[in-house]
Amino acid sequence: MHPFAFTRAVDVQDALRTASATPAAKFIAGGTNLVDLMKETVERPAHLIDITHLPFKSIDATASGGLRIGALVTNATLANDERVLARYPLLANAILAGASPQLRNAATTGGNLLQRTRCYYFYDVGTPCNKRRPGQGCGALHGQNRIHAILGTSEHCIATHPSDMCVALAALEAQVHVIGPKGERTIAFADFHRLPGDRPDLDTTLAPGELVTAVELPAEGFAANHSYLKLRDRLSYAFALVSVAAALRLDGSQIAAARIALGGVAHKPWRVEAAEQQLIGATPGADAFDGAARTLLAGARGFGHNDFKIELARRAITRALLQAAAGAPQSIIDKRIG
Amino acid sequence: MSAHLQPNRDTWMPPDAHVHIGADEAFPIKLIVNGIEHQLDVMPWVSLLDALRERLGLTGTKKGCDHGQCGACTVLIDGVRVNSCLRLALMHDGAHITTIEGLAHDKTLHALQRALIEHDAFQCGYCTPGQLCSAVGLLNEKPHPSEPEIREWMSGNLCRCGAYPNIVAAIQSVSEERR
Repeated sequence: MHPFAFTRAVDVQDALRTASATPAAKFIAGGTNLVDLMKETVERPAHLIDITHLPFKSIDATASGGLRIGALVTNATLANDERVLARYPLLANAILAGASPQLRNAATTGGNLLQRTRCYYFYDVGTPCNKRRPGQGCGALHGQNRIHAILGTSEHCIATHPSDMCVALAALEAQVHVIGPKGERTIAFADFHRLPGDRPDLDTTLAPGELVTAVELPAEGFAANHSYLKLRDRLSYAFALVSVAAALRLDGSQIAAARIALGGVAHKPWRVEAAEQQLIGATPGADAFDGAARTLLAGARGFGHNDFKIELARRAITRALLQAAAGAPQSIIDKRIG
Repeated sequence: MSAHLQPNRDTWMPPDAHVHIGADEAFPIKLIVNGIEHQLDVMPWVSLLDALRERLGLTGTKKGCDHGQCGACTVLIDGVRVNSCLRLALMHDGAHITTIEGLAHDKTLHALQRALIEHDAFQCGYCTPGQLCSAVGLLNEKPHPSEPEIREWMSGNLCRCGAYPNIVAAIQSVSEERR
């Protein structure tokens, strides 16, 4: 790890002031990803600002019937919150499908949004990576790319976003509240993460010095018909090859609303509105769901080792939607796929 | 103490006070480990794992991968299990930490320690301190997990000897005893 200075911030203004005075600084909360990347010298901040004393630790009801989750609420606290379990079980299941209990006890809501890709080439400073250093080249494009993206890639980067939680937040249409040198703003979840394009070094649309303060869930949680289906190389404690957050609102025998977000396939949680729109008014079933899956995966492209993800994703989307429609979400304990 | 380890303050500060520490400065912190208070000066990058092992001589907590992937470094901070390799020591100023050395009381082993021995739940023993602290954390979180739940919620602790079936049985037996 490279040496760094350290500031323990006592309040938001203290944190923002320190950040604007030291542009090479990074905020640290749970540190489960940042400290690891610093050990690998992938991240080399000259300064860390400890934000764990800031008042972002509560989960509060909003006037519009949703929940506002403080950025410092741990993944474990969020996944086990009674209101989340009852009203947003899709979110609880996605969180509990990721990492390990120890990591979830430390990792925070804000930090989960900001975790970086697990692309081997990004982690290995001995190989070229445009995300680490733009212009250096991409080792994955013609290298070992089994875990890489099939959608929204660029010639510069085919990395995936590693989060499970974010896939559920995308499906639920959460909002991200941030504060920075220019004040507060709210970012729609779909606009928070970005595709790599020619700037794969930028994972999000956060401006320099901006700090995530909370994630807000809208009132609708799709608690009756949802499923988070995660497929990976081992049953627990592994990143997704493909994951699907599926949520439906049923009106009698017809679909009134649908949300589908994919993990493990792109630089951000992947949603296609047309795929959701085409399900409205349809009767739940394999035919309708396969049609939506094909729309979601339009333009998908493999890079050799990850070609299998296209067919895997198509089948996983259909399966997750069938589970959601049946009110039988994928168990996060018994991983057999029913 | 070498020159670069000189603390930049003489006295310990409350853990909620604003502090700024230069990259070449050590900072005085307090850790309450297994009920005993320790004062030590740490550089900003010292992990909790290294502070426990290298500074306090508590080598029961193991460094396996040092990247949060194996669970050998699991300790309890204020009763909650975490990977100590990914924690910066100075962010836990004033915290109560339980390590493997703190599970037994006098000469009486913790129920989970006894159960691991009775169930032959280790071979080389390297992952065992982490398995034990993680199991204590698990039973704090959920006193009566089912067998599949134990498997899932102990998945952050790898055992390369493959003692998993016996580890699961040991944890289950303690959970049953406590019913």
